Amino acid sequence: MRIRLEKRLTPSRFMLVATPVASVLLTMALGAVIFELLGFDGPDAIYQTFITPIVAPYKWVDVLTKAAPLIIIALGLSLGNQAKIWNIGAEGQYVIGALAGAGVAFAMPQAAPGFVAVPAMIVAGIIGGMAWAAIPALLKTRFRVSEVLSTLMLVYVAMQVLNYLIGGPWKDPNGHNFPQTPPFSATQSLPNVIPGTVVPPGFVVAIALTLVFWVLASRSVYGFSVRTVGAAPSAARYGGFDAARTVWSTLMISGGMAGLAGILEAMSQLGQINLGFPSGYGFTAIIVSFLGRLHPVGVFLAGLILAVTYVGGQVAQTAVHVPEATAGIFQATMLFLILASDILVRYRLRLVRAAPRAATAGAPA
Amino acid sequence: MNIGFIIDALVTIIGVTTPILLAATGELVVEKSGVLNLGVEGMMLIGAVTGFAVTLNFGDSLGDWAPWVGIGAAALAGAASSMLFAFLVLSLGSNQVATGLALAIFGIGLSSLIGASYVGTVIAPFNQVFPDWLAEDPIGRVAFGHSPLVYFALIMVVAVGYFLNRTRAGLILRAVGENDISAHSIGYPVVAIRYAAVAFGGAMAGVGGSYFSMVITPMWAEQMTAGRGWIALALVVFSSWRAGRLLVGAYFFGILMTLELYAKASGFSFLPSQFWAAMPYIMAIVVLAVMSARDVAGSEAPACLGRPFMPNS
Repeated sequence: MRIRLEKRLTPSRFMLVATPVASVLLTMALGAVIFELLGFDGPDAIYQTFITPIVAPYKWVDVLTKAAPLIIIALGLSLGNQAKIWNIGAEGQYVIGALAGAGVAFAMPQAAPGFVAVPAMIVAGIIGGMAWAAIPALLKTRFRVSEVLSTLMLVYVAMQVLNYLIGGPWKDPNGHNFPQTPPFSATQSLPNVIPGTVVPPGFVVAIALTLVFWVLASRSVYGFSVRTVGAAPSAARYGGFDAARTVWSTLMISGGMAGLAGILEAMSQLGQINLGFPSGYGFTAIIVSFLGRLHPVGVFLAGLILAVTYVGGQVAQTAVHVPEATAGIFQATMLFLILASDILVRYRLRLVRAAPRAATAGAPA
Repeated sequence: MNIGFIIDALVTIIGVTTPILLAATGELVVEKSGVLNLGVEGMMLIGAVTGFAVTLNFGDSLGDWAPWVGIGAAALAGAASSMLFAFLVLSLGSNQVATGLALAIFGIGLSSLIGASYVGTVIAPFNQVFPDWLAEDPIGRVAFGHSPLVYFALIMVVAVGYFLNRTRAGLILRAVGENDISAHSIGYPVVAIRYAAVAFGGAMAGVGGSYFSMVITPMWAEQMTAGRGWIALALVVFSSWRAGRLLVGAYFFGILMTLELYAKASGFSFLPSQFWAAMPYIMAIVVLAVMSARDVAGSEAPACLGRPFMPNS
C-alpha cells in the first residue's frame, strides 16, 4: 500500500482554510514536545506563548500594537506574492518610510499644528517606502535583476542609512550621545492607544486597509490581473495585462504599505527613531502573508496570531525561562508547515493498494 | 605605502573572502541542479554555532583535533538543515523562494537558541596549518599564514569547476538543471540528484558559517554572519553560474569588505563609515544589474532554476 498524489483540477477551498489552522495547532504541539525535550515545562511554555496573550486583558494592547505593522505590511506583500513578485525587503522600506516621515517632522516648524504635521509625516512615510521599493522595481523592469536579491540587499543599505542619520546629522543633541533622533513634538505624534481603549491607532488603519485590500483583491480588475500574472504569465500577456506594470504597481503598493507601517510605529509607539527601531516586522510579515494564504482577511487573522507569538514569547521568557529566540523558531516552523501543507491544497492523497502489476500482466492482450 | 601594509591588506582580503566563497561554491552546485535555495544565511548560522559548540565542548577530549571535528559537525549541521528545505521543495513541491526564506528565518532563530548559552565564551582560533617559519614569514604569510579553511575553499571551487565541466556526473547534474523533464525521461533520478546537490550546498554553507565563529572571531554572537549569506547568493548570479568567475567575484567582494574594515579602523575616510558598510550590498546590486542586463536571453541561468518538479503526478 502506498500513497499516490493526484492533482486536483481546482485548489481545495477546504484545505486552503484548514491547513493554516492545522499549521498553527501542529506548531503548538511540536513546540510542546521540543521544549519538553529541552528540559522546560513544554505545555506551560506553549500555554504562555499562545494562550496567555489572548486570555490576559492586560496583554491585549501589546498584541494589537504588534499586529498593526505586521498586518499593514503583509497586506501589501500578499498582493505582490500573488503575482509571484517577491518583495522580501519590506524591513528596509519600513525603515526608510519612518526616516522620511521623521525628516519631514524635523524640517517642519515645531509649532506646526497637528492637522498639518501628522498627515504630512504619514504621506512622507508612504512615499519613502515607495521610493525605496522603486529601486528594485526599476532594476527588475529595466535590467531584469531578480527582485528577491535586490530588495533584500537594500535592507542592509537602509540599516546603514538609519545608523548614519541617527548617529550623525539627526542625532539628538540632548540624547546623552546615544544614537537616536530628538523626540517628535506633541503635534507630530500619535497616541499609543486611542484614549479610553486598548486599540492603537495603527490597528485602526490595519482594519481599514484590510477592507480596502479585500475589495481590491476580489472585486477589481486590478486584483484579477495580479493573480493572472502570477498564475499564468503567458495568458496574462495575451489578455493585455502588462507584466512590467504589475512589477511596478505591486512593489509600489507593498513599499508604500511598509513605509506607512514604519512611520505609524515611529509616531505612535517610539516617538523618535533609535537603533532599536528596525525590529524585524518586515521579515515576519512575509510569514503573515503566507499563513494568511495571501488573502486580506487571512492576513488580518495571521497578523494577530503572529503578534500573539511575539507577546507570548516574552511572557514565556519570564514565566518559563525559555530563551528569547523561541518566538522566531515558532514563526519559522509555522511557515514551514504552511508551505508543506500546500501540497494538500493542490493535490489529493490517495491510498493505493499493492501494485496492480500482476493484474495488468494477466489481462488479455 | 609600505610592503607590510599591502601584506596585511592581502591577508585580510583572503580572510573575509573565504566564507562567502565557501557558501557560494555550494550554492553554485545547488543552482546548477535547478534548485534555488535562499536559506544560505540560515545554514551558515547553524554551521557557525554548531562548529563553535562542538569545538568548545570537545576541546578537552580531542585536543588539536577538536576544530577539525567542529568543522565536520558544521558541515553536517548545514547539510541536515538543508534537508528540511529539500524535503519541502523536492518532495512536496513547495515554493522555493518562500521555503528558502523560511530556512533563513529558521536558521537565525535556531542558531540564537543554541548559541544563547555560549555568548561571551571564546575558543582558540582555528588558523595556521603550516609551520611557524612559513606561516609567520613577513612575506610568506600571504600564502601560508591562513586557516586550513582558506585552502579548502580554494580547492573546492576548483574541484567544483572541474566536476561541473569535466566529469560525467557533473554533466548529468547540469542536465537536470537545464531540463528536468528530459533528464527524468531518459532515466536520471532528478529528485535524488537535487537532494544530493542541496545537501552539498548546505554542508558548504555550514563550513562557510563556521569560518566566522572559529576563525574570524573565535566566539559566538547572534547573527554573526551579518548578511554574508545573501552576498553569496548574489555572487552566484554575478558568476553567471561559472566556478572561475565565482572565484574572481568573491575576491572582488572581499576587497570591498576589506575597504570597509580599513575605513573604519583608520578613520581617514572622508565618507561616513556607514557608507563603507553599505558598500558591498550596493555593489552587489550594481553588479546584479550589469550581469542581468548583459544576459539578454536569460540563457546563463540554469533553465529550470526555481521550478518545481513533481514526477509522480
